[in-house]
Amino acid sequence: MAMLEIKNLTVAFDTAAGLFKAVDGIDVSVDGREVLAIVGESGSGKSVAMLAVMGLLPATATVTADVMNFEGKDLLAMPANQKRAIIGKEIAMIFQEPIASLNPCFTIGFQIEEVLNQHMGLRGNAARQRAVELLQMVGITDGAERLGAFPHQMSGGQCQRVMIAMAIACDPKLLIADEPTTALDVTIQKQILDLLVSLQDRYGMALIMITHDMGVVAETADRVIVQYKGNKMEEADVLSLFENPQSNYTRALLSALPENAVGDRLPTVADFEDTDGGMSR
Amino acid sequence: MSVPVLEVKNLRRDYVSSGGPFRPAKVVHAVKDVSFTLEKGKTLAVVGESGCGKSTLARMITLIDQQTSGEIIVDGATVEARHGVSAALRRKVQIVFQNPYGSLNPRQKIGSVLAEPLLLNTSMSPAERRDKAMTMLLKVGLQEEHFNRYPHMFSGGQRQRIAIARALMLNPSFLVLDEPVSALDLSVQAQILNLLKDLQDEFGLTFVFISHDLSVVRYIADEVMVMYFGEVVEHGSRDAVFEDPQHDYTRTLFAATPRTDISSIKARLARKSAA
Ligand SMILES: Nc1ncnc2c1ncn2[C@@H]1O[C@H](COP(=O)(O)OP(=O)(O)O)[C@@H](O)[C@H]1O
Ligand SMILES: Nc1ncnc2c1ncn2[C@@H]1O[C@H](COP(=O)(O)OP(=O)(O)O)[C@@H](O)[C@H]1O
Ligand SMILES: [Mg+2]
Ligand SMILES: [Mg+2]
Repeated sequence: MAMLEIKNLTVAFDTAAGLFKAVDGIDVSVDGREVLAIVGESGSGKSVAMLAVMGLLPATATVTADVMNFEGKDLLAMPANQKRAIIGKEIAMIFQEPIASLNPCFTIGFQIEEVLNQHMGLRGNAARQRAVELLQMVGITDGAERLGAFPHQMSGGQCQRVMIAMAIACDPKLLIADEPTTALDVTIQKQILDLLVSLQDRYGMALIMITHDMGVVAETADRVIVQYKGNKMEEADVLSLFENPQSNYTRALLSALPENAVGDRLPTVADFEDTDGGMSR
Repeated sequence: MSVPVLEVKNLRRDYVSSGGPFRPAKVVHAVKDVSFTLEKGKTLAVVGESGCGKSTLARMITLIDQQTSGEIIVDGATVEARHGVSAALRRKVQIVFQNPYGSLNPRQKIGSVLAEPLLLNTSMSPAERRDKAMTMLLKVGLQEEHFNRYPHMFSGGQRQRIAIARALMLNPSFLVLDEPVSALDLSVQAQILNLLKDLQDEFGLTFVFISHDLSVVRYIADEVMVMYFGEVVEHGSRDAVFEDPQHDYTRTLFAATPRTDISSIKARLARKSAA
């Protein structure tokens, strides 16, 4: 049995222009200890699909699925108090935009300790010690001093480490990282990706890596789902995906990578679209 | 040899933050002693991580910002910014920014965005300006029906096409592109890179292309300049820099760049299963 199993997930938004299907019947399953990458261009429904799992979408969203189970338990049917025991604790998420998702008004120590307090019942010294330990785990060695720092006093990479520390504070079984390196320089990106993969491995978590970047996929994933306009175009293990892509869209994405340029021009996704502007699998 | 389009000698820019009662004034050396020469029809890529001074350099060579010291020579003539930059000189140097949303006036139709530089700088008749603007619109891959639309009706990639078109209206000597594809999706990025190459081939354009993405740089550049804390630590032909990087920082950048080739993926998976 997969750790997370989702079948036929659909998310529709009620908008001024009518109903908009951001996710259109997607299946996702992740095993424990596995790194699954969900890759697609902006607006393809990657964030929305995972926010649906977390139950964090606004009221304008209608979420339906045939199956949405975590360790065999039905996330859609379970009562709110049971769900709270899973979301944020057993399933943790790192959101896009690290600086925006840390509260600028509170020290990072306060913010980490609050998570520990809420989910683990840790307070005072115990919470403080655990916070320092967590910062250590994400590579911030002067954690005790750092606890008093505000987010704006730290670099983007440091903020992202703090976000990771908060996400792993409750020893989650599944970590969902939404574009965790998009705003970062390549050297920092590498450090953060290495950190996530090593934490995943060391603590035996499952990791869902949401990204628009094929480089991030190549560097981290075991398995890959390629998404386009709310649909799954392809699912494969990482090597097969790069070696022998099955869908037109995956082929288009790979050939648009500048490092794969043949000759002087890059093929674009439009070169792979059907005449009606659609994309066949 | 022909006169270089752009020559920069010992260029520096310091930013002085004013001190407060509890803070001494601080000087940031954003660009330190940068020199280079750019030949017509070439693309010079400037790489380095955020804060290393790329945009500061861009603003100086496009005469938006004045240098603290050093010399800028455009088409063989030294820029004497102290006496104000002439309109004729200003239109020789054009820039396209990363954010295609911020750099267009939301209340101006695209046709007039493109015609405006002609209105301000030439004595062309309205009909001529319209013709030229329409020609450029088509040149950058947009359609006639886009002429009377407003910026908000365009996607990010289309807005970047518009910004490029506007920058080219007055035949600049060189065009600086400051992270022009960083905010775009991969497929749109490919379209814009293709467009830049097509335009360069057709008009012999000269580019200074600023980027932090080495795979993009490798694709587009003739020459590569690596900046680190305001300094140029490496400068050479694309092949020389990529095949035999000399500076530690360049090597660090290369090592951190994700690899998507099959053998790298295989090697990663092998390391993982061995661990
Ligand atoms: N709250 C919302 N209301 C309406 N549409 C939304 C909302 N959130 C996201 N969307 C739309 O859903 C689509 C998928 O968004 P998202 O999942 O954020 O894409 P991405 O793959 O870039 O993460 C987009 O077209 C987006 O505009
Ligand atoms: N207007 C300004 N005032 C003060 N400092 C600035 C200003 N613009 C840039 N800087 C500083 O100069 C350095 C270089 O910045 P910038 O040229 O924007 O780098 P890059 O484009 O490579 O990211 C940074 O330390 C930045 O904080
Ligand atoms: Mg997203
Ligand atoms: Mg910049």
